[in-house]
Amino acid sequence: MTSILTNLFDGVAYGMLLFVLACGLAVTLGLMNFVNLAHGAFAMAGGYVCMLLVNQHGWPFFAALPLAFVSAAAIGIVLERTLYRHLYARSHLDQVLFTIGLTFMSVAAVDYIQGSSRVFINLPDALQGQFDVFGVGIGRYRLMIIVICGLLTVGLQMVLAKTRFGSRLRAAVDDPRAASGLGINVPQVFAFTFAFGCGLAGLGGALSAEILGLDPYFPLKFMIYFLIVVTVGGSSSITGPFLASLLLGIGDVAGKYYVPKMGPFVIYTMMIVILIWRPNGLFGRTAAR
Amino acid sequence: MSASSDVGFHAQRQARWHYGEAAFWLVVLACGFLFPSRYLIMTDILRLALFAMSLDLILGYAGIVSLGHAAFFGVGAYAAGLLALHGIINEPVLALIAAGLAAMVLGFAASFLVIRGVDLTRLMVTLGIALLLEALAERFSNITGGTDGLQGIDMQPILGQIPFDMFGKAGFFYSLAVLFVLFLLARRIVHSPFGLSLRAIKNNPLRAAAIGIPVNRRLIAIYTVAAFYAGIAGALFTQTTAIASLDVFAFERSADLMLVLVIGGTGYLYGGLIGAVIFRILQEVFSTITPQYWQFWIGLVLVVIVLVGRQRLHYGVLYLPNLLIKQIGGRKAIVTVPESDA
Repeated sequence: MTSILTNLFDGVAYGMLLFVLACGLAVTLGLMNFVNLAHGAFAMAGGYVCMLLVNQHGWPFFAALPLAFVSAAAIGIVLERTLYRHLYARSHLDQVLFTIGLTFMSVAAVDYIQGSSRVFINLPDALQGQFDVFGVGIGRYRLMIIVICGLLTVGLQMVLAKTRFGSRLRAAVDDPRAASGLGINVPQVFAFTFAFGCGLAGLGGALSAEILGLDPYFPLKFMIYFLIVVTVGGSSSITGPFLASLLLGIGDVAGKYYVPKMGPFVIYTMMIVILIWRPNGLFGRTAAR
Repeated sequence: MSASSDVGFHAQRQARWHYGEAAFWLVVLACGFLFPSRYLIMTDILRLALFAMSLDLILGYAGIVSLGHAAFFGVGAYAAGLLALHGIINEPVLALIAAGLAAMVLGFAASFLVIRGVDLTRLMVTLGIALLLEALAERFSNITGGTDGLQGIDMQPILGQIPFDMFGKAGFFYSLAVLFVLFLLARRIVHSPFGLSLRAIKNNPLRAAAIGIPVNRRLIAIYTVAAFYAGIAGALFTQTTAIASLDVFAFERSADLMLVLVIGGTGYLYGGLIGAVIFRILQEVFSTITPQYWQFWIGLVLVVIVLVGRQRLHYGVLYLPNLLIKQIGGRKAIVTVPESDA
């Protein structure tokens, strides 16, 4: 019984992490209809920045996390302004090719700079180990992830639903032409959203170094996971990807624990079945444009 | 001239053999005699060309974007490997066809998943199938050899006559023959009314359905054929290298294949062939400069191609030959730019 609860807890932490990693992609892929396979590269950038700051410059872990966000967002906005925006109107094939190219470049570049082995971030003592709550083992690090990611999710939902920027974004997504007719600077809104999504990925990358492992092949290894979150979750709201990430996280952890031999088999089968059953995602509302 | 006979006239003129095509195949054949020390890499190029042609059939002609074409390549490779390893079918040509058919069956089954949904769903489903097969191959390591791959494959002579030699000469001419036969078949397919209907579907599925083309059935058919081609390419890989390992399913293989096709151009059969040559040369050049990091430059090539625009790039490359033909031949350019696949 307790092992089930511990697994559930780990799964939730994993799912939350996936959500933070992938929710930027939910915006670019789901809302802006841009197939960005290079999303993992931004996560990797954030992870490596955090690792360098903590391990080599002795920054405290919690001070390095915001920097991971900022650096990934900065890379995101530079690339968006210089490269990505030219491709919004192009075919999906072009977008796929372009972002695969970027992914390959990022993998080779990080391999060149940092070597190909897995890196670890030195965690403060307070985050290590686990404690028992009614016999259920709770990892401190995972608890922190759940807290941070939970707060972020609530925050994102509030920003999207309550603020002026949120309504601008939703308007720009629903109908870019009408939105720009109303005086909304659509490219600017998209650029900002893109950068924010990259920043979140960077933060996720920094947090995930401990759980998912951080090496130069990160963008390729987890690309499919991010895509699953978005395609299964659908793109009409932020809740869809959130629930999809939780489902994926719990499913993956449970799958690895109870049927270790089947490996990632469970996840891929689930994804294909869901996509066949509901091509627009479990929680999708509108047909993809 | 009525409209329908006009269309028929142009379609037939398109389908006629040009001198350039004959010259192309003669050059390929001549390469086999001119560079006897390069058989291995040339065989590799032929295999890649066949694989690229397979993707071109669905991407260039039917407009199905696939990120997991390696699935069929891998099935063909393992099928050929297992057939040879356990001595089920010893004769390579028969084994080749059997492996192609195995991939074809999978392609037929997968096509029902692929025709549902739009671009994005297709990307995900094709990618998912390839990953699923990779996971399966890893899981059933007692059959596939796991991460070590299938080892100790001993190939019998082709047609019982020509043994595979260690310099790869037999392998090269065998691959070339297979490629040429399959090319002829593909050429027949794309110029047939069936092939023309595929182009109509690619340009506008709704309109194609409105004029009475059974869209889904056509897509299933071409996807199955493409899977057969990819399976053959995979089987050739196993037969000429005598190994089959997990990386036949790798995502990089599917991604590289896209690059091959993009370099060569989609929507005409020679695109895959030319792309395979250029891609392999690029790869050689990059890996001599930086053995470990050649992927960076491959990525850069992809990014640049997309940013410049594939159409514009091909216009640029073909500008000089067309100019020469116009000046010397005094007629309209015969080297045409492949049609758009937006």
